[in-house]
Amino acid sequence: MSDRDSAPVEATTLDGNAMAGDLRELFAVDVTVAQYKCAGCGHADAVATLMLWGAAGGRVARCPHCSDVVLRVVRAPDRVFLDLQGCVRLEVPLTDD
Amino acid sequence: MAGTAVSGRLTWRAATLAEARWETPSARTLVLDVPDWPGHLPGQHVDVRLTAEDGYRAQRSYSIASAWPSSGDGKVELTIQRLDDGEVSPYLTDDVQVGDQIELRGPVGGWFVWRSKSTSPVTLLAGGSGVVPLMAMIRARADAGTKQPFRLIYSVRTPEDALYADELRRRVRDDAGLDVHFVYTRKTPDGWPAPPKRLDVAAVNTYGWPPDFAPDCYVCGPTTFVETAADILVALGHEPRRIRTERFGGTS
Ligand SMILES: Cc1cc2nc3c(=O)[nH]c(=O)nc-3n(C[C@H](O)[C@H](O)[C@H](O)COP(=O)(O)OP(=O)(O)OC[C@H]3O[C@@H](n4cnc5c(N)ncnc54)[C@H](O)[C@@H]3O)c2cc1C
Ligand SMILES: [Zn+2]
Repeated sequence: MSDRDSAPVEATTLDGNAMAGDLRELFAVDVTVAQYKCAGCGHADAVATLMLWGAAGGRVARCPHCSDVVLRVVRAPDRVFLDLQGCVRLEVPLTDD
Repeated sequence: MAGTAVSGRLTWRAATLAEARWETPSARTLVLDVPDWPGHLPGQHVDVRLTAEDGYRAQRSYSIASAWPSSGDGKVELTIQRLDDGEVSPYLTDDVQVGDQIELRGPVGGWFVWRSKSTSPVTLLAGGSGVVPLMAMIRARADAGTKQPFRLIYSVRTPEDALYADELRRRVRDDAGLDVHFVYTRKTPDGWPAPPKRLDVAAVNTYGWPPDFAPDCYVCGPTTFVETAADILVALGHEPRRIRTERFGGTS
């Protein structure tokens, strides 16, 4: 392994599923099943369907419909910044049987 | 299950490699012993974290290949495809030894999952290692003894790259209502009726469930594969809400 920061290639796109672990470290529920509503275009769908860029240290999740940034997760050594500016609403189901 | 059985925040824990087996010359299944594992749903994944001696860390996601039986007496199995120029996968396929520990976090991801109480027919579209979470669904269906018909279309480069080939052959024979069709993109088996080609509309139309049956569709693999396959499903008239996708990154 090299000593650069862990960054599995910017050009490669993942999706919201890959954020499940980082979000589950912050929240007691699984946020990837929550419905987001995009501030840009009003599109609503599961957080798992967002298009994801970046590595675990800093992720940007964009709306698959209009490609606006819906949420951002940035990790510092002692805290995590969650930026929800592109999201009008997050609807979190409380039962996931 | 994953959201309720595990309470509070999720953190990293040590897993011990109990057993390993090669699925192909470049893919290995790791059977992990994880104390107090809460169980998982088919389609969920774990995050694996490696820490070098100098403190440098790399983290990747890996789907859980095994089903978790209702008896609770299951195993956590991952299948890793080696990418020769990869940072993490060659360590997991070639270096980690039985008895070694790795750090993992999970199970996570409650969206790309199949639930055995769902009654819809299921179309599974897999590209390369994208078959791993779909295999967990096939295994869970057999464990649950349910009858929803499953059709798997599995795109591989060559016959030698197919994961779980023997098990799939056996299950097609033994698991009533399971069909499997292979798509070979670079080399076909001898006597295969068509030249190598990528997944196309004709294959999905012929070997998947028609939209009239309102199947749940699960698509997983390299990002380019997932996008192509999901576009084909939409073009064939499948309801976008019934199409669940999971991108592994990379190109097919
Ligand atoms: C939710 C989720 C589940 C996953 N489950 C599995 C699994 O069950 N089994 C498995 O083997 N992998 C799985 N992956 C992919 C895995 O997380 C890693 O991306 C993969 O092992 C490559 O990591 P690496 O460090 O070896 O390669 P890297 O050092 O990250 O990349 C090396 C090179 O390979 C390319 N590349 C990266 N990822 C892929 C890819 N998936 N396919 C083709 N080329 C790629 C990169 O562009 C780069 O050029 C999953 C990914 C996600 C997001
Ligand atoms: Zn949008």
